[in-house]
Amino acid sequence: MSAPAQEPTTTRTTHGIAIEDLRIGLTSRPGVDVVDDIDLVLRPGEVVGLVGESGSGKTTVGTALLGYTRSGAAIERGRILYEDKDVLGLPWQQVRQLRGEEIAYVPQDPAAALNPSIRIGRQIVELMELRGIGTAESRLQGAREGLAEVGLPNDDEFLRRYSHQLSGGQVQRVALAMAFLPKPKVLVLDEPTTGLDVTTQGMVLKTMGELCRTHGVAALYVTHDLAVIANIADRVAVMYAGQVAELADRDTLFRHPSHPYTRALLDSIPHLSQARALRGIPGRTPAPGARPDGCRFNDRCNYAVDECRQGVPELREVGPGHEVRCIRVGEIGSWDISRGTVPDTDPNKPRDIILSIEGLGVFYGHKQVVFDVSFDLGKSEVVALVGESGSGKTTISRAVGGLHKEWTGTIAFEGNQLGHGSRKRSVSDRKRIQYIFQNPYLSLNPRLTIEQIVKRPMELFGVASGRKATERVVELLDQVALGPAVLKYQASRLSGGERQRVAIARALAAEPDVLVCDEITSALDVSVQGSIVELLESLRLSRGISMLFVTHNLALVRSIAARVQILNAGRVVESGSVVEVMDSPKEDYTRRLLANSPAID
Amino acid sequence: MSTTADAVSVAAAAPRTPSTFQKALKQKRFVVGGVITVLVALFAVFGRFVAPHGQNEVVGTPYSSQGALGTDYLGQDVLSRLMYGGTEILVIALLATVLSTVVGTLIGVVAAYGGGWWDEVIMRLNDVMLAFPQILLSLVVLTAVGQPRAWMLVVLVGLSNAPRTARIARGVALGLVSRDFVHAAEALGEKRSRVIVAEVLPNMNAPLLAEAGLRLTFSIALVAALGFLGFSTDPSAANWGQMIQENRLGLSTQTWSVLAPVLIIGLFTIGTNLTADGIAQVTQRGGDD
Repeated sequence: MSAPAQEPTTTRTTHGIAIEDLRIGLTSRPGVDVVDDIDLVLRPGEVVGLVGESGSGKTTVGTALLGYTRSGAAIERGRILYEDKDVLGLPWQQVRQLRGEEIAYVPQDPAAALNPSIRIGRQIVELMELRGIGTAESRLQGAREGLAEVGLPNDDEFLRRYSHQLSGGQVQRVALAMAFLPKPKVLVLDEPTTGLDVTTQGMVLKTMGELCRTHGVAALYVTHDLAVIANIADRVAVMYAGQVAELADRDTLFRHPSHPYTRALLDSIPHLSQARALRGIPGRTPAPGARPDGCRFNDRCNYAVDECRQGVPELREVGPGHEVRCIRVGEIGSWDISRGTVPDTDPNKPRDIILSIEGLGVFYGHKQVVFDVSFDLGKSEVVALVGESGSGKTTISRAVGGLHKEWTGTIAFEGNQLGHGSRKRSVSDRKRIQYIFQNPYLSLNPRLTIEQIVKRPMELFGVASGRKATERVVELLDQVALGPAVLKYQASRLSGGERQRVAIARALAAEPDVLVCDEITSALDVSVQGSIVELLESLRLSRGISMLFVTHNLALVRSIAARVQILNAGRVVESGSVVEVMDSPKEDYTRRLLANSPAID
Repeated sequence: MSTTADAVSVAAAAPRTPSTFQKALKQKRFVVGGVITVLVALFAVFGRFVAPHGQNEVVGTPYSSQGALGTDYLGQDVLSRLMYGGTEILVIALLATVLSTVVGTLIGVVAAYGGGWWDEVIMRLNDVMLAFPQILLSLVVLTAVGQPRAWMLVVLVGLSNAPRTARIARGVALGLVSRDFVHAAEALGEKRSRVIVAEVLPNMNAPLLAEAGLRLTFSIALVAALGFLGFSTDPSAANWGQMIQENRLGLSTQTWSVLAPVLIIGLFTIGTNLTADGIAQVTQRGGDD
């Protein structure tokens, strides 16, 4: 491609970009910070992973690199040093020039970043016109080269497409290509692969890593997914409650995590190679203004002592390039990645079949989406349905759960054929098979109190009523680790993890034998996922509940399920016990899924 | 995980989300509209008890400037008639709005929840109703009856508004019936009627309230217009709409006899409209409320 038309007059030094002593506060509540005391250096050709749970302030730090804060927040202190200039001190015209050209941003939802009414080729050419790259003739060629770089087709047919005619992964790669075209020196990626399938995610991550290294771009990769970080980042900063808790190069962080929060986070993540007893972090990430004094993690930390509550600990260096914000870092012992691993479920365990599915075909109108699926579910057993989006895994679970009527074949519950749709089923069938939805933000009625929500199945199925039912509700809430204080709350006052616990309590209220769980942890933070999985496992053991567990996360399958069905395009590709399928996959599709799944071990 | 610690953190971290009403109180247009509405309503309801004269009492010559707002075509005190003449409009418009909201919501929700053919048939019939100009329907019936009764006006105005409410209700309900909590209720095997009443309707409060406010505005205008055209329950009793018609010949000599009822109807509709607008704005911003 031709050289950029406007070369800045200052000579270019390539030390990347540095954040110094950054503090961002809320304009409406003086003294309350969103993020505080952030120091971070991004070197050219290096990918720094910024990892944290929702509410940790990781996106706020990411956009601050572009001199931007969302409305309601303001940068109160600190500098963003880029080429010896402070981005925060520049007049807005220059900041505008910097954004996109020198410091590019790839958003979480690429579909929203592309204009749906302009063709792909035209959009890329327009970007170059705006940035003054190339000449009128060379721009189209530049667009083709940009697309080729990210591994997309660049023929005329592709250039003439609209964004809705591309798949999610393609759209994300177009966004990447557009971010790279002006040859930025710094790239901020805000969870660019959330919502993509593992295969697509693997492809996008690979493309991104290669581009950063070949172009010498300093990249900040913002995500909540430690497994992705383990595969792509050179250095990792772990954020908690608006501060960097730990900063280290990747290998050090995963081998010797030294902050209790980092360790707790790693404890809550499933491994691909071995089953683990996952553990969540109790409590929830405090919101700005509700953060505890002293060390911000002290109220959830297993190692906290009185001293932790006194003053805010400084980041201290414990090794070369390894900084930890914990005063007890030397006293809390070492950590090992294999901590918490448990033996895989024995594949030869005798099974007592409770639910058997044979020759299941599911239709939407005239379109068949699931073909000839057969498997069974034993008592007190977890069977996982795994596949990428569009594989039909959720559709199968909805047919089993009575939410979808158009299916053929057999779904037999203890030998009796189940009706098509919940209204065609007996009260006892409806009671004994309960469905838990993917998104707890949609599955609880925002107008009802938690008590009303959990009590309803009991009244409906005659399990309990009146005061007795209320007592049962308290008992159930206790079992899912929620206190009686939430009884009178509406769902909107609870966090995502707490809502999902309520949804589980509602399912348990009917005293079911089978739980159908549709991606129930995918909308939640990893630490919350850990505690939900912990909860499900204890329920399985104490109540002997069987579960049909729908997920796209193979690592999670290893820790939770005994048997697995790998689905592709509506058919079962491979099935069997988790150990056999994951340790010695027979089908290419399974191997590809496993290879693309990000692993931290 | 300790139960108590979790419960405490929930209580501390989640401030109570303000209700729609509390949020609306921060809206200038809601407060201004609400104050106007309440003042005019108070004037219309209690005005008769403090009126200087009776509504049919002749106090002077026609179109004279006697009294605060002068006299009308029969020499009755305009201010007194203004104080008497609002009650009927107000009560009829209010009842009609309640009727239209109940009927319209029911039509809309059933159509949205039923889906498919139900939706198609109900909404096409609804469209037929919508095609009639509101006032025409009322006029046809009222002309046939001759002397209208109050309940007829309520039913006519209410039913002519219902299809409009139905469209809004269907739109709101469509966004709700595909949500997972409705599916969850269905999976439990709840009766359809209970799904509508207990799951869907409570989530429609705020937008329906805004719509009802708008319908009230239209109902007032419609009842006043019918009064202007001579359809009121008692031709000799004072009625804001009728007053405009009675006194229109004296517009140049005794302007207030026409202007006063016009202004008060205008003020009232502006008040209800602002209130409805305020609620609507809050619900649009409020997200999942």
